[in-house]
Amino acid sequence: MDAQLPALVIVVPLLAALLVPLAGRRAAWGLVALALLLAFAGCVRLLVRAHALPEGEAIRYALGGWAAPVGIEYVVDRLNALVLTMLSGVAFLVALWMRRSTAREIRPPAVTGYYSVFLLMAAGLMGITITGDVFNLYVFLEIASITAYVLIAMGRRRQALYAGYSYLILGSLGATFILLGIGHLYMATGTLAMADIAAVFAREPQLYDSSVIRTAFAFFTVGLALKMALFPLHGWQPGAYAEAPSATSVFLAATATKVSAYALYRVAFTVFGVRFLETGLPVVRDALLVMACSAIVVGPLLAIRQHDLKRLLAYSSVGQIGYVVLGLALHNADGLTGSFLHFWNHAAAKGALFCVAGALAYRAGTTQVAALKGLGRRAPLTAMLLTVAACSMVGVPLTAGFLTKWYLARGALEAGQWAVIPVLLASSLFTAVYAWRLLQLAWFADEDGPVAEDVPWSMRAPSLVLGAACLVLGVAPLALPVAQAAAEALL
Amino acid sequence: MPDAGGPLLPPAGPAAAVPGPAAFADVLGWLATHYNYAIYILLMMIGLYAVLAKGNLVKKVIGLNLLQTAVFLFYLSIGKIDGATAPVVWTDRPPGAEGVPYENPVPHVLMLTAIVVGVSVTAVALALVVRIREAYGTVDEGEILASDEAQEEAESARAEAQEAAADAAGARE
Amino acid sequence: MSGAVPLLGGLDLAGLGPGLPPLVCLLGLLGVVAARRRPNLREGVSLATAGVNFALVLWLYARHRAGETLAWEGFSLAPGLALSFRVDALGLVFALVASGLWILNTLYSIGYMRAHDEPRQTRFYACFALAIAAVMGAAFSANLFGLFAFYEVLSLCTYPLVIHAQTPAARAGARKYLTLLLGASIGLLLPGLFLVYHLAGTLDFAPGGLLAGVAAADGTLVLAFLLLVYGMAKCAALPLHGWLPAAMVAPTPVSALLHAVAVVKMGVFGVSRVVFHVFGPETMARIGADDLLVGVACFTIVVASLIALAQDDLKRRLAYSTVSQLSYVLLGVGLGTGAGAVGGLLHIGMHATSKITLFFGAGAIYLACHKTRVSELDGIGRRMPITLTAFAIGALSMIGLPPTAGFVSKLFLVRGAAADPAGAVVLAVLVASALLNAAYFLPILWRAFFRPLPAGTEAGVHEAPWPCVLALSLTALGTVGLFLGHGPLLDLARAVAHAAFGGAE
Repeated sequence: MDAQLPALVIVVPLLAALLVPLAGRRAAWGLVALALLLAFAGCVRLLVRAHALPEGEAIRYALGGWAAPVGIEYVVDRLNALVLTMLSGVAFLVALWMRRSTAREIRPPAVTGYYSVFLLMAAGLMGITITGDVFNLYVFLEIASITAYVLIAMGRRRQALYAGYSYLILGSLGATFILLGIGHLYMATGTLAMADIAAVFAREPQLYDSSVIRTAFAFFTVGLALKMALFPLHGWQPGAYAEAPSATSVFLAATATKVSAYALYRVAFTVFGVRFLETGLPVVRDALLVMACSAIVVGPLLAIRQHDLKRLLAYSSVGQIGYVVLGLALHNADGLTGSFLHFWNHAAAKGALFCVAGALAYRAGTTQVAALKGLGRRAPLTAMLLTVAACSMVGVPLTAGFLTKWYLARGALEAGQWAVIPVLLASSLFTAVYAWRLLQLAWFADEDGPVAEDVPWSMRAPSLVLGAACLVLGVAPLALPVAQAAAEALL
Repeated sequence: MPDAGGPLLPPAGPAAAVPGPAAFADVLGWLATHYNYAIYILLMMIGLYAVLAKGNLVKKVIGLNLLQTAVFLFYLSIGKIDGATAPVVWTDRPPGAEGVPYENPVPHVLMLTAIVVGVSVTAVALALVVRIREAYGTVDEGEILASDEAQEEAESARAEAQEAAADAAGARE
Repeated sequence: MSGAVPLLGGLDLAGLGPGLPPLVCLLGLLGVVAARRRPNLREGVSLATAGVNFALVLWLYARHRAGETLAWEGFSLAPGLALSFRVDALGLVFALVASGLWILNTLYSIGYMRAHDEPRQTRFYACFALAIAAVMGAAFSANLFGLFAFYEVLSLCTYPLVIHAQTPAARAGARKYLTLLLGASIGLLLPGLFLVYHLAGTLDFAPGGLLAGVAAADGTLVLAFLLLVYGMAKCAALPLHGWLPAAMVAPTPVSALLHAVAVVKMGVFGVSRVVFHVFGPETMARIGADDLLVGVACFTIVVASLIALAQDDLKRRLAYSTVSQLSYVLLGVGLGTGAGAVGGLLHIGMHATSKITLFFGAGAIYLACHKTRVSELDGIGRRMPITLTAFAIGALSMIGLPPTAGFVSKLFLVRGAAADPAGAVVLAVLVASALLNAAYFLPILWRAFFRPLPAGTEAGVHEAPWPCVLALSLTALGTVGLFLGHGPLLDLARAVAHAAFGGAE
């Protein structure tokens, strides 16, 4: 059982996705939650096991018994164990959270279909993370993408259809680039297994000078940047997050773009190797640095002007993905630690914030920022959740967000990139501006009218777990050793 | 066009940085032997153009398909070996067939998967286009955006008024 | 509920030592929220928390005097980032002053808020408790990160207090308050923190300054110093003082809290920490940062006093007076002499006690007579004799006349300045400031006691509610008392100065 775990965490949600449409609506929800709980437990177990291994080793699982270069291999090391745990944890919480929300936002006959596609997407994202084969990565990427298009287009307003379509076009474009990258890589190395490609590079370092390899890396970078909505390739994202059903938004915003960012790390560090980044194509690293910094500043600036809470949060995500990519561009242990911490920190904070937006949609039927008015009196716990998560986004000390910024700043100073410091500070200030605007409405607007009740506990409890994570991850050194180990493993 | 009777390209001098006739011949030679790569690039550009420039949602999907087809062609090209045979396992190999190279089957297999993915994407895309047509009455991107914008403008004006009222904007000094 | 803590403190909780006060205040916060539907219980919890907290600080003081080293490792967030706590003389100065006055401030708040029948009182008391928790945490923090973290928490949790009335004016004031404080701390203090860590590789306070042995260009160190000092905009050094008058829109107990006890003192305490335990006197003198600090302080003292002269609104006048008086502390710690340091640190306590009296007085006048302008105070001394007597004591202390607390700290400052080679300028500033203080406080007293009441006002004594009068009488008594017996504070301040400058005073 334990030996089969890497396959099981993918297969269980995948099988459940097939069973869900056959079950009744209530049973279907139970099945979703159960499958994701099992996957989460499996991922936690994998995390523990990956950390028990000696440095530099990983859990390897040959799918169907076919060994690596021929068959597909699943690999769990310290980096992707971190991402897997984040993914399955958030997926489980969203599954708990979404029952009442989907009941209100999705047409009743479509609900079980929605659950099924949701599970498929979770399985797809986890597949991207766990696989050790570049072509398999593409396939899982497309599974996660196609399901995401569907989950977005199921939003209540007609704009959701167009948002889903735009994402489909740009997402497919990105996927095609990635496919081309894989093709070039295969052309030069003759293999698709990540470990095998890395071995070829180690054997023949002159390949780093080959234009085919450089082209491959450029294709990967552009394709994944599109998928992760890295500024200025973020065009699809605000519409998609804003128009999707609440549950989709929570899950997508907390996980999806970060998985693409993870894929970039995996490709850059494991497949191409550290040396390629240093010597092969420094221009890409510089470009990534510039893109990440622009994203970090421009995202929150654009967010300030939004009137729709979900759109505002989406622009804020445009900025936050910059933090995740910055570590790759800084390319040292502290910078990477900061970015890896952000996998968890941002998932908790942004998940919590989209839960607030979902609660607003549930109670007020709108996600306009103005609807936050008086939230502190109507729903104090939800307002507290908003407060804590917003503080974490700003990077107030003792919240999780501060640790991210601390490590990124240290990484930047270490790399001699002094200019990154003002970028981080400016982003904190801009984030404070929009966070303040939200909190001002929630707590300090004149409240009149009757006191409405908060959302049901089935929605409140999972979102409060995310909010608590923002605080716990900021004070208790839980994520830090994991992120540091992952960073050290890569370098 | 250069004068009739003149050389098509300037003569190759020692200082000339532009490709001389020899280089030009190289290009021609490359085209003659690698025309499939040229076609793949051409197809890809046409597809990319359609995806980015066309306003009609269906045409964008067609562009996407062209793009994918171009990638298929690329993959099959890299697996091609001149004079090689199909990678079939023979139980009773005919005499003389030993030592004959066979083509790399992996790209074909990969493209089989990619075709399935492409079909799925196209199916979802077309389904979305149908729904968009039902909701908006058009499949033209410009008209859809205009229609949304009008709606959003009305909504955001209302939202702004609400928020200003809530936040008591008069508080500013 | 929180009363049980010191009893348990003799057992295993004693190990928490300096971590106890912040934790008790957090417990108080939970208690306030839990008792939100029963105002009497809620206020009782607030008062009890303040009392227990003071008792704990006294306990820590006693153990510190007995020569014990009190520290609690707390928790480590990351290598180099820890919330750890340690008791030292400088921290005790701040903690004693803040926790002692806190009790009186809570008493006054209860009277004020009830008399006014203010809404949202639970939020008010909860934020109060969080604010004192942050102050206690900052006072006992053993490193710059802890100080920074609690500094930020204090900024955030006082915002709801400033905006309490939620009127347009309150919103505007609160906006300015938070913009300036948060802007400065993110834009200046945080990069300062990065820089110090980058230079020294640690943020732990050290007796001779954590940057003492660090090889770095003088320019870089001066930059770090300026980032840290101006980043702590709570010390209200010009030109980053604007938040202080803006925050005057808050209810009076909050103003007292912000401008006498917690917020502004957090600023000057932070700067003292930076001077003594981040840079250390030697480094300060080497890079010329001490003269820089003295220059900024002198400028602020004079200019803020001049502005105060022109204010008619009583609370605004007090606010500018605070801006000016805070720089006495900066001046003292910047002088680079033992006596100067003692004077500056004493002024934390002396100014807090006197200024809180003045604010209590202003609030009491507003409660009883609804007057906020200096020009309206004719003859009010006859209607509110106790309040105005207390107010007079506070004012005398501001000027620095005996028999009030302000005299003691200013005496040390003068001695410190005299020992400084460039002391003449500083002495001139001190004299000018005393005259300016007299010029804006004495007219108030003259109006109140020697002008007739305006025609049509009923005669007879009419004081504010008793908790308010009690609180301000006690602080006025304290102002005189600190003149007569300033033993513990003086000992602590001397200990800091001794550690920094050796025996010479």
